[in-house]
Amino acid sequence: MTIYRFRNCTLMRNHALIIDDLWIRHGKIIDPEKIFFDEKIQADIEYDCQGVLIAPGYIDLQINGAFGHDFSSPNEVNENILIDVARKLTSHGVTAFLPTIVSSSIDTYKILLPKYKRQVGSAKDGATILGIHIEGPFLNEDKRGAHRTDFLRESPHGIEDLLSCYGSFDNVSIVTIAPEIPNMIENVIPILIEKYGLIVSIGHSMASLDIGERAICSGARFITHLFNAMLPFHHRDPGLVGLLTSHRLPATIVIHYGLIVDGIHTHSAAVRLAHRVHPQGLVLVTDAVPALGLPDGIYRMGADEIVVEKKRATIAGTQTLCGSIASLAECVQNMRQALLDGEINKSNEKKIFDDKDKNKFIVESIEAATVHPASVLHIENQKGTLSFGADADFILLDDKLNVLSTFIAGEQAWTVNDKWLINNLHIKSYQ
Amino acid sequence: MRLVITKDYDEMTEWSARYIKKRIIDFKPGPNHYFVLGLPTGSTPLGIYKKLVKFVKTKELSFKYVITFNMDEYVGLPRDHPESYHSYMWNNFFKHIDIEPNNVHILDGNATDLVHECNEFERAIKESGGIELFVGGIGPDGHIAFNEPGSSLVSRTRVKTLAQDTIIANARFFDNDITKVPTSALTVGVGTVMDAREVLILISGTSKAYALHMAIEEGVNHMWTVSAFQNHSRFLCVCDEDATMELKVKTVRYFKGLMSVHSQLINGNDHSSLLHTEN
Repeated sequence: MTIYRFRNCTLMRNHALIIDDLWIRHGKIIDPEKIFFDEKIQADIEYDCQGVLIAPGYIDLQINGAFGHDFSSPNEVNENILIDVARKLTSHGVTAFLPTIVSSSIDTYKILLPKYKRQVGSAKDGATILGIHIEGPFLNEDKRGAHRTDFLRESPHGIEDLLSCYGSFDNVSIVTIAPEIPNMIENVIPILIEKYGLIVSIGHSMASLDIGERAICSGARFITHLFNAMLPFHHRDPGLVGLLTSHRLPATIVIHYGLIVDGIHTHSAAVRLAHRVHPQGLVLVTDAVPALGLPDGIYRMGADEIVVEKKRATIAGTQTLCGSIASLAECVQNMRQALLDGEINKSNEKKIFDDKDKNKFIVESIEAATVHPASVLHIENQKGTLSFGADADFILLDDKLNVLSTFIAGEQAWTVNDKWLINNLHIKSYQ
Repeated sequence: MRLVITKDYDEMTEWSARYIKKRIIDFKPGPNHYFVLGLPTGSTPLGIYKKLVKFVKTKELSFKYVITFNMDEYVGLPRDHPESYHSYMWNNFFKHIDIEPNNVHILDGNATDLVHECNEFERAIKESGGIELFVGGIGPDGHIAFNEPGSSLVSRTRVKTLAQDTIIANARFFDNDITKVPTSALTVGVGTVMDAREVLILISGTSKAYALHMAIEEGVNHMWTVSAFQNHSRFLCVCDEDATMELKVKTVRYFKGLMSVHSQLINGNDHSSLLHTEN
């Protein structure tokens, strides 16, 4: 099988930026030392990456739609819609995602859940579909956000209610529930985890910190879009936000939390706060609505008319935000900027930007969109990393973290312009 | 012998790297005419590897027609252990240059039959036409490779048990846990290195000063195995000022006086004439 070697690049590996080459074979990242000593062969094809940064491809755990498509709308061609989004998301540096379904009717779940099958990504078919994120309908009405009240449900019969609502968990990876709903902690969460192998996330909830801790102890490990759709932090009752510093949880448990860093839904000070308090748990999510990826204009989405203008999506005729339309690549850039902004006033002297500062917060921001979401799904050895043996899903970034090209399973899936076409990077003769 | 005395570690590695480069280029290696190079590990040669890598990156030097034989490797250490000599050579040298993997020879410390492995290594050296230039360092006890004091001066590649001093010195690479340090190694013998057509020994720092004195100002002695090279027809020793601290002033002055002649080794245009003088 052909061995590809990407040279003249900086890699994000082992929590640092290092100058090293990236070797690929058979869609996987391989260890060149083993190739050298065991197989005694060299790379077949070499590419000159012009000194750019190579990072693992981004992973989005919460995305409701994009490019005009809505994952929660039943349609004859839902499967085609999914692939269309999977292909177009590569232009945002996304190589894997969870199509997310908001609170819907039983009939809708019956139609949609079987259609969104897991799919291995490729240059032809786009980003990997890792599974479905079902957000709702077992949520607290007081924190429903944009979810429809008439679709919300309770679980008086425990897990039976979820089964009769969803039908099957076959294609599902994450379920977001409000843990204070009766039977969730005692019955539902443990069964979802142990019997169905799901990841349970808590959100759209009025839970106190105490309930949150009990939900974690019963197996929940993710918080859906921290700060949004939950009680705000209060110094005598920290609520779910307090889970980031809870002392009543085993030290071995890492709680991850989604954060929408579109520059609108979360104030940069809140981003810095969460990051300073619990950096390993930060997971960037888009929670994007179907208008993501569409150029400025007016669009019809279901019953609403949406206006997309300069990175904001509002309901026509109002100032009401109707969801996030920042790409995951932009979220990474926004997170980095938020962290940099927090450094500006730290010292009194003028800071001279040296080489080390040039790369400040790049690793943290990228990890929040790669290895952290992969860890939530327990696939951190395979996705979201450039470690040996991992899937060769990676992106080329410039020093401002703009995506230049996206590769899935070692093949080029997208490029921003011809300069980054793989054939133009090919080192033709090697002296 | 030739003794080249440079100002400091940096100048020493620069001089040595340029010498190795010129030796390879003047040899005009090709598909039927490989340059066979013996290589060391340890902290002293690190600077030389860095500089050779730079020559390759600027296309001043190619290892396409170079065959390498490393001096030694630990026994029983997994090949991908960060302290194995395979790892050292890969990370510091091979991954950065254009050498063919089939032309690289490093002893396998995990071979099922260690004696057979050593004999095969000797045979491979012979088959390659013999080593043209063997580069090495020196231990504070004057040993070359793992030929600890008392090693036979006509020894060949074999298994050697490490001296307690060596094990203690190496503990710093194994989490300061002496139980983790390998206790034996495969090493080329003194005789193996003597067979090379030229030997280049690098000596840097005051900790090596006494060893340098014993190696070149006293007699040939198996307690200071580097002294065996006094009997080699082309022994080139490159050291820095600190390493000369135990030498006689007379010795240092003599060799410093020859620096204009020695500098032709790396600068001269006429490649062959100087190589057989001054030894």
